[in-house]
Amino acid sequence: MSTVTDRLRGLDARRVELVSLPRQWWGSLPTPARWVVLVVLAALLVALPVLNPPLLSTPDSDFPTVLFIVGVYCIAALGLNIVVGLAGLLDLGYVGFYAVGAYSVAVFGSPSSALATHFPWLVCIPIAIALSMVAGVLLGSPTLRLRGDYLAIVTLGFGEIVRLTALNSSKLGGAAGITEVPAPPGHHADGSPVFGVLDAKPYYWLALVVIFLIVIASRNLERSRVGRAWLAIREDEDAAELMGVPTFKFKLWAFAMGAAVGGLAGAVFAGQQGFINPESFQIQLSILFLAAVVVGGAGNRLGVVVGAVLVAYLPERFRALAEYRILVFGLALLLMSVFRPQGLLPSKRREVELAVRREAVDA
Amino acid sequence: MHFLLDNFWDLSVTGLAQGAIYALIALGYTLVYGVLRLINFAHSEVFVTGTFASILVLHMLGLGSDDPVPSAGLVVLYMVAAAVAAMIASGLTAVVVERVAYRPLRRRNAPPLVFLISAIGASFAISEAVGVFVGRNEVRVPNLVQPQTQFHLFGAAVSNRQILVVVSALVMMVALDQFIRRTRLGRGIRAVSQDPDSAALMGVNADRVIALTFVLGGLMAGGAAVLYDLQFGVTRFNAGFLLGIKAFTAAVLGGIGNLRGALLGGLLLGVMENYGSALIGSQWRDVVAFVFLIVVLMFRPTGILGESLGRARA
Repeated sequence: MSTVTDRLRGLDARRVELVSLPRQWWGSLPTPARWVVLVVLAALLVALPVLNPPLLSTPDSDFPTVLFIVGVYCIAALGLNIVVGLAGLLDLGYVGFYAVGAYSVAVFGSPSSALATHFPWLVCIPIAIALSMVAGVLLGSPTLRLRGDYLAIVTLGFGEIVRLTALNSSKLGGAAGITEVPAPPGHHADGSPVFGVLDAKPYYWLALVVIFLIVIASRNLERSRVGRAWLAIREDEDAAELMGVPTFKFKLWAFAMGAAVGGLAGAVFAGQQGFINPESFQIQLSILFLAAVVVGGAGNRLGVVVGAVLVAYLPERFRALAEYRILVFGLALLLMSVFRPQGLLPSKRREVELAVRREAVDA
Repeated sequence: MHFLLDNFWDLSVTGLAQGAIYALIALGYTLVYGVLRLINFAHSEVFVTGTFASILVLHMLGLGSDDPVPSAGLVVLYMVAAAVAAMIASGLTAVVVERVAYRPLRRRNAPPLVFLISAIGASFAISEAVGVFVGRNEVRVPNLVQPQTQFHLFGAAVSNRQILVVVSALVMMVALDQFIRRTRLGRGIRAVSQDPDSAALMGVNADRVIALTFVLGGLMAGGAAVLYDLQFGVTRFNAGFLLGIKAFTAAVLGGIGNLRGALLGGLLLGVMENYGSALIGSQWRDVVAFVFLIVVLMFRPTGILGESLGRARA
């Protein structure tokens, strides 16, 4: 382990060798230039659904809707990154929290649900976040004492439990699901709602705002005491415990924070869909979220966003391949992990770790 | 409650037959985990290729899906052919998965999460390839054994099919257990699973041992595939997904990396599922299975028998 810390200290010396070209280029830019680049990129992102650029656009499905779904994947992947990338806990049932969030909005907001409370969207969102956090703590407190792969299968089971409960409870709408899920508030001058059924652009912009907020929040979290505790747990749980880090408490924190973000993703998704049913919360979705985190580069937010974009966007873009698209997607996952095991944009720390491990093998 | 008590032994018998199939598939997860400490997510597809290979061979031998049950002598022949085909197909798939999704990553010493993703990629690719080639509808299996009640166990009817499934599963598992415990190759597997570095220093070829464990897991999955075909009569390109998850649950339940644990976990899971669905309704079957797993792990965090492929007696 000490070799890792040594290497981290010598990071700058090895930067040329280790770090990919875009990062080098970014590092060499003066601060004002960075701002210009950021502003241009942000403007492009916002304008994307309006521009509808020919190569990027999806010929077989509505482009703004695809962008919105990509955004939802980004939110979920950022949340899962807290659990998997930062705290190093393998969660294969993340879709469970996503479902809890979506169902919270539906149950509390829809006039046709069993509760019939008919709360507006803005009230439902905090409820959704709170309930998914509770779900995270409920799942985490008995199971977080388990290690690695045991945790994986237990969380996978949890995801299925949530879906099957929704499927089998008439109170939760059963297989038909719940309709009339509330949309975010707001009206145009002519009285038509901003967040309508036909136009997904406002939802995409909403997703962008949420992504922005979560990136900032998780960045601050990572640099806080909590974030350092997570990192210590990920690197070596026993050592962290010996150093006085209350590992169970912080693992539970990671679970709760991850669950809250997952619930938020589900809530945003439910608002746009207008109706939800258990079909939308299959285990495969958990696996896609995890693929997004790992393919992009676990632990690095930008990498995770890139991963989520690929995982959500590619199958939509290549709908023309029809029957073959999941096949191609599977092969892509396989090739990506074989040729870039560190992820597309790995966190600097992970990249060094990998290099050290490889040296240890070569030596 | 009444239903459960009235049908207790019936439920136990059907649960054991289902559990035997779980257990055979669970062995594949446990073997690979014991040696590599990794979940082989593509193992469910190793199983699925077996179910289709046996159907293919039966069709090639001229037995259609709608044909009547052939005579006793022919049944044995057909069954052996189907089993051999399934085991070859599953074993080959397992080797390909190891070569493509595991070996390159081992060379690069990639973090464990990446193995999971490459295995998931392989799983998607294989399952979809099957879907593209044989279609996405259910495929019917030629009928080989007409279920007939053979005897009664505490009042529960036991059919010839159930006996066949449970007995062949047990025979395969005992054979595997003896292979690992008594042969030279088995000793190699135990050595690598105990301590890969020391094993390498003692002249054990780790690559070969790892390939061997994948093959063994594949053979067991092939056996499970034939029994599954017999038991359910239909298969599908994605039939392995839920079954694989259940089998993995069974492996963890018994103690992953532990061969006897896989047997115990599989049988227990099959039986508990049946009791649970009798108690609260069959739509809750999978929920019962996962809740049972969570409860067991709360009290026995490394499964009922604990992890120990390597620590098994020398």
